Amino acid sequence: MSGHSTYEPRTGVEKWLERRLPIVRLMHDTAVSYPTPRNLNYFWTFGAILVFMLVVQILTGVVLAMHYAANSAVAFQSVEAIMRDVNWGWLLRYMHANGASMFFIAVFIHMFKAMYYGSYKEPRELLWILGVIILLLMMATAFMGYVLPWGQMSFWGATVITNFFTAIPLVGEPIQTLLIGGFAVDNATLNRFFSLHYLLPFMIFGVVILHIWALHVSGQNNPLGIDTKSEKDTVPFTPYATLKDVFALVVFCLFFGWFLFFQPNYLGHPDNYIQANPLVTPAHIVPEWYFLPFYAILRAITFDIGPINSKLGGVIAMFGSIAILVFLPWLDTSKVRSARFRPLFKIFFWVFAITCVMLGWLGSRPAEGGYVLAAQLFTAYYFAHFLIVLPLLGFLETPKPLPTSITDAVLAKNGGHAHPVGAAASPEKH
Amino acid sequence: MANTASPADPTRRDFLYLTTGAMGVVGTAAALWPFIDQMNPDASTRALASIEVDIGAIEPGQSITVQWRGKPVFIRNRTPEEIEAAKSVPLAELRDPLARNDNAAADADASDANRATDGMENILVMVGVCTHLGCIPLGQQGEYGGWFCPCHGSHYDTAGRIRKGPAPENMHVPVYTFVNDTRLRIG
Repeated sequence: MSGHSTYEPRTGVEKWLERRLPIVRLMHDTAVSYPTPRNLNYFWTFGAILVFMLVVQILTGVVLAMHYAANSAVAFQSVEAIMRDVNWGWLLRYMHANGASMFFIAVFIHMFKAMYYGSYKEPRELLWILGVIILLLMMATAFMGYVLPWGQMSFWGATVITNFFTAIPLVGEPIQTLLIGGFAVDNATLNRFFSLHYLLPFMIFGVVILHIWALHVSGQNNPLGIDTKSEKDTVPFTPYATLKDVFALVVFCLFFGWFLFFQPNYLGHPDNYIQANPLVTPAHIVPEWYFLPFYAILRAITFDIGPINSKLGGVIAMFGSIAILVFLPWLDTSKVRSARFRPLFKIFFWVFAITCVMLGWLGSRPAEGGYVLAAQLFTAYYFAHFLIVLPLLGFLETPKPLPTSITDAVLAKNGGHAHPVGAAASPEKH
Repeated sequence: MANTASPADPTRRDFLYLTTGAMGVVGTAAALWPFIDQMNPDASTRALASIEVDIGAIEPGQSITVQWRGKPVFIRNRTPEEIEAAKSVPLAELRDPLARNDNAAADADASDANRATDGMENILVMVGVCTHLGCIPLGQQGEYGGWFCPCHGSHYDTAGRIRKGPAPENMHVPVYTFVNDTRLRIG
């Protein structure tokens, strides 16, 4: 897709730069002339929304760090001071806290889109794997950020999560001690989490660059899941994708704004407005909503599996639920990308999506009675989707016939205009 | 190509390359170590090794919680009935067969005698951290009258042994000594 560059330096500055550092050409090829499939729908705007959210988090985070103090004696008070004393502090902190939730909403939609339209398939395997790495970094960043206000959920969340590592035989406890820098979560833990919470977003930024690079090498997938075959199948990134992204971003910001201004604490937890107390555990420890499906999987393993006790089994299942995504491009044996042409996969996709939502709900329930059994069933299905359903479907399913090209499919749908309304309109002026 | 000199005989230069490379790896690892080890507990944390507690005021049936190495330690003055309940449990019924008592042998069984100190068996001292994922169990609660962990539903008996729920081990007993009848040193 990344064909010959159409950029020609015009002004003196551009010509000067062109011989020394052709950065304007890079920007032009990446964000202006880059050809995008003409049939992209609004699910393809979430990449831009995610870039926007990363920028929002870094900007608000940098200014919050000017007022926050990473010391267990004053951290809680400094956050309350941000809320009450710092000019616009309430807005910046609520943007940052709710921004994390918006970031995860967008990334989950982005991932389900990739699953529905088979965007992880050849030649986009590495693009997908880079995305999984970004997700892992996001989860680590969000977890450490949640510890910083030093409330009860911060403290006990950090305690429970770092205790995962004690499940590892032999080296588990030394690793946990190394991570928290003491015998319990304390000031040393808070300090290093602040340092890493500041570092990781820039690592995410780096992997995002690789992710976009990989995307621009293989080209975007599209709702039909077939390759672009000619220039007629594409439109230039600017203005078509740019403006569509901006419009979607405005709508997304309305959604963000509603939480920010009307329900700023809805996605949080009231216990985190109680200062951390190492001697009292809250009655019901729940992680942030975006971790709930993984938390449900962790708690679903209540039984020993051979030499693996239930604690280690739960930790393995939880990390496995993310690690398995790395292998998705090879577990899905079908050559057809888009679910539009895969009648059986389409059904199983929605069963899987409902499974993820149900796991999220079960993660918020207490671990007792029927909830445990339900979490076990959905956890089993989660893994079965990747390990049994997807490999078998490729062999059992008869896909519908694929259209010959994106243009043919678009024209057939719109009643067969000879020229696409947008892209090919300009040549007539010449 | 077959006529070129055989690489089978290592030269003096090969040897120098290999040893230089090996020294480089060792040097890099040595330089890396401070960056990792700085994360381990610092001297001030390690210095908080032992504390002394006055246990004279704990009435039978009561328990107190003290902080040791940043963790809560439960000290419970058990009633005769609670001790009897703990003693009457057959060892085969226990989820974790080991005493987990740092004052006893590592393979000591989890009998009530091995969980407390002979002669002061009414005083039960334990690190008050659930062996599942590190929450603090609530005292005088649960199906066995010992402790109950609200996080993921682990039940401990009156000797602090895991009886039901996801926790894998009995609550750990730290190293402690009785200075006299009313003073206890932990650590």
